[in-house]
Amino acid sequence: MAAAARFFIRGVNSKLSITGVGTGVHSSFGATLLKLTPSCNSRSKTQRRHAAHFTFQPDPVPTQYGPTQKMNLFQSITSALDNTLASDPTAVIFGEDVAFGGVFRCTVGLRDKYGKDRVFNTPLCEQGIVGFGIGVAVAGATAIAEIQFADYIFPAFDQIVNEAAKYRYRSGNLFDCGNLTIRAPWGCVGHGSLYHSQSPEAFFAHCPGIKIVIPRSPVQAKGLLLSCIADKNPCIFFEPKILYRAAVEQVPVEAYTIPLSQAEVLQEGSDVTLVAWGTQIHVMKEVANMAQEKLGVSCEVIDLQTILPWDIETVCKSVVKTGRLLISHEAPVTGGFAAEISSTVQEECFLNLEAPISRVCGYDTPFPHIFEPFYIPDKWKCFDAIKKMINY
Amino acid sequence: MLLCGAVHRQQPFDSSLEKPQFPGASAEFVDQLEFIQPNVISGIPVYRVMDRQGNIINPSQDPQLSKETVLNFYQKMTLLNTMDRILYESQRQGRISFYMTNYGEEGTHIGSAAALDPNDLVFGQYREAGVLMYRGFPLDKFMAQCYANADDLGKGRQMPVHYGSRDLNFVTISSPLATQIPQAAGAAYAVKRENINRAVICYFGEGAASEGDAHAGFNFSATLECPLIFFCRNNGYAISTPTNEQYRGDGIAARGPGYGMLSIRVDGNDVFAVYNATKEARRRAVAENQPFLIEAMTYRIGHHSTSDDSSAYRSVDEVNYWDKQDHPISRLRHYMTARGWWSEDDERSWRKQSRKTVMEAFETAERRLKPNPELLFTDVYLEMTPSLEKQRESLWRHVQQYKEHYPLDLYDK
Repeated sequence: MAAAARFFIRGVNSKLSITGVGTGVHSSFGATLLKLTPSCNSRSKTQRRHAAHFTFQPDPVPTQYGPTQKMNLFQSITSALDNTLASDPTAVIFGEDVAFGGVFRCTVGLRDKYGKDRVFNTPLCEQGIVGFGIGVAVAGATAIAEIQFADYIFPAFDQIVNEAAKYRYRSGNLFDCGNLTIRAPWGCVGHGSLYHSQSPEAFFAHCPGIKIVIPRSPVQAKGLLLSCIADKNPCIFFEPKILYRAAVEQVPVEAYTIPLSQAEVLQEGSDVTLVAWGTQIHVMKEVANMAQEKLGVSCEVIDLQTILPWDIETVCKSVVKTGRLLISHEAPVTGGFAAEISSTVQEECFLNLEAPISRVCGYDTPFPHIFEPFYIPDKWKCFDAIKKMINY
Repeated sequence: MLLCGAVHRQQPFDSSLEKPQFPGASAEFVDQLEFIQPNVISGIPVYRVMDRQGNIINPSQDPQLSKETVLNFYQKMTLLNTMDRILYESQRQGRISFYMTNYGEEGTHIGSAAALDPNDLVFGQYREAGVLMYRGFPLDKFMAQCYANADDLGKGRQMPVHYGSRDLNFVTISSPLATQIPQAAGAAYAVKRENINRAVICYFGEGAASEGDAHAGFNFSATLECPLIFFCRNNGYAISTPTNEQYRGDGIAARGPGYGMLSIRVDGNDVFAVYNATKEARRRAVAENQPFLIEAMTYRIGHHSTSDDSSAYRSVDEVNYWDKQDHPISRLRHYMTARGWWSEDDERSWRKQSRKTVMEAFETAERRLKPNPELLFTDVYLEMTPSLEKQRESLWRHVQQYKEHYPLDLYDK
């Protein structure tokens, strides 16, 4: 009450107006108000922001693709798109807000460089974006459609599942939309909550005819995205948004591809196989170190990269060796993609298993806001799961 | 005080001072509270060239097509009708699993198809077989698809009437409604960039126009300036749902202006009206890079499909009116006979000939084996995946072991 009274009195005499009008839209009104209130002067316990749950671990600089440049994840995406627009005159990029550079800056500079007929905004309509993209691809041009957040891909579910995925099959290979690639920011970001954090790969994994790819880093992202664009099947490319700025690597400037449906063994080990994709790979790498230091357990870390069609052989070969498997993803555990991996591995490697396959995933709840630190499958949960597996 | 005076002013406000500056709309201010009444904008009129008896109403609108062209229109419409009758019956007899007829809508197919370039890309819904027929799709390919035999270009993968032809630029039909609408917008955009005088046409019914995909397609094509013709077959019913339960506005044509799209309503049972409108729309769509909306009013004389008995929701009298009093085929025949281009003898011999060719194609299709079951597993992706290969092998082994339980003799080896 006293604070409010002070505010009004000051307002009458000062150049600041009550409404903020007349002193400019972006005036210091808000900042000034906060300074007046004592409780806002120090960061209290309840206002502390939680640190990120992972540390990005860059890969060694690639030497086989030519000169490299320091890029973060969104810049590596821009680079891939730049290479594509340069080499493929039919390629077009479209979606909400891509013209000015995109809400995550993935398309910065491309419209100026290649023209407004090649990099353009669409109306706000995901079913339209994907439907339109399918049509561009069917007509023989390269279509790169952006969905602003993976959480908003669902209006396009019918176009993806009933149309894109089935185009070639249902037409007897007369028509296809293999030239379509859909990109969408994916995964937790610290504060994204229900609708800016989702990992919907499991919904699409159940759909033969599309490919789903998720990179862990800038170098991987560029190579995998270029593979998706080149691939003659419709692809969905999920980009871990928490890595857009946080992940920085030396990325080749020229175009290069990383093969799809080939899981990568990032480090070899003998006791436990850890499978993950996207952001969670960096959690797993840390977990592998923790397991080695604290438990003397040697972990083999595999980045699945392509969720559909997934590299069954590499995962099974690893489990045959180690006898233990832990799969981890942010998406809810029930019906999550870990369930598919688990089911297949127990079919193929049943007698090799020393312990039940472990899944450390999100809970079966919508992605919460303030409870994110408790929700995510962090390194402690993964570490604990390994301990249990070792002691089974 | 000023406000009161303003309400009663007769002269308009000075627009240079008072014009609204909102980015979202270009309009004048108004100070009378008034809701725009949809019915006051009276229904968009129906463009026609012939009356119901096939007489030209306004000679300047007669496209004056050659006798050869007009005879071809007639023969294609009647051949379609004959094929429909035979295939409908074949479903009733259990020879094919399903069928959809085109009765009453032949004019919409042939009139529009004739106005297009053969290279124009066609996206359809499922009741546009006449477009494919006009372009020259052979009878035995229609039959092969319906029978899902080894000659089917679609490799037996879909239900009957889900035709497609790469050579004839007719994109394969899919069952989900309206999904083709935003796809057509995308294809038109790509085609515009190619700059080779090519248009795209997209057919759909008045029911499908209620889908979100229709709204998406209309909006995208207008904002992205696509050379595209939207052709709505408003035939009065979406299965059993009549138009007054499908929409409350003035049909589909009235929605076009809402998207900034040029629109027209035509008599779908008048093949010349359909032809004229489509021809002009095509010319301008390509020249001006903008979409056009044609709402062709017609009537679905047949049932929705072989799974439907429309006597459950409409009267036989209603159907008979359209069959007898306002049919695209008879209206064109009257036009032809009035010019001495078609006689009773011509009609008799054409009926006999078309029935014969349809029956020949029918019998060939009946006898043909089904495609090799290996084709169950191909074309999911361009390439075969290891996982699918394993599944294929697993099926093969299973069928070898239990072969007496599988109808192998019906399928190609």
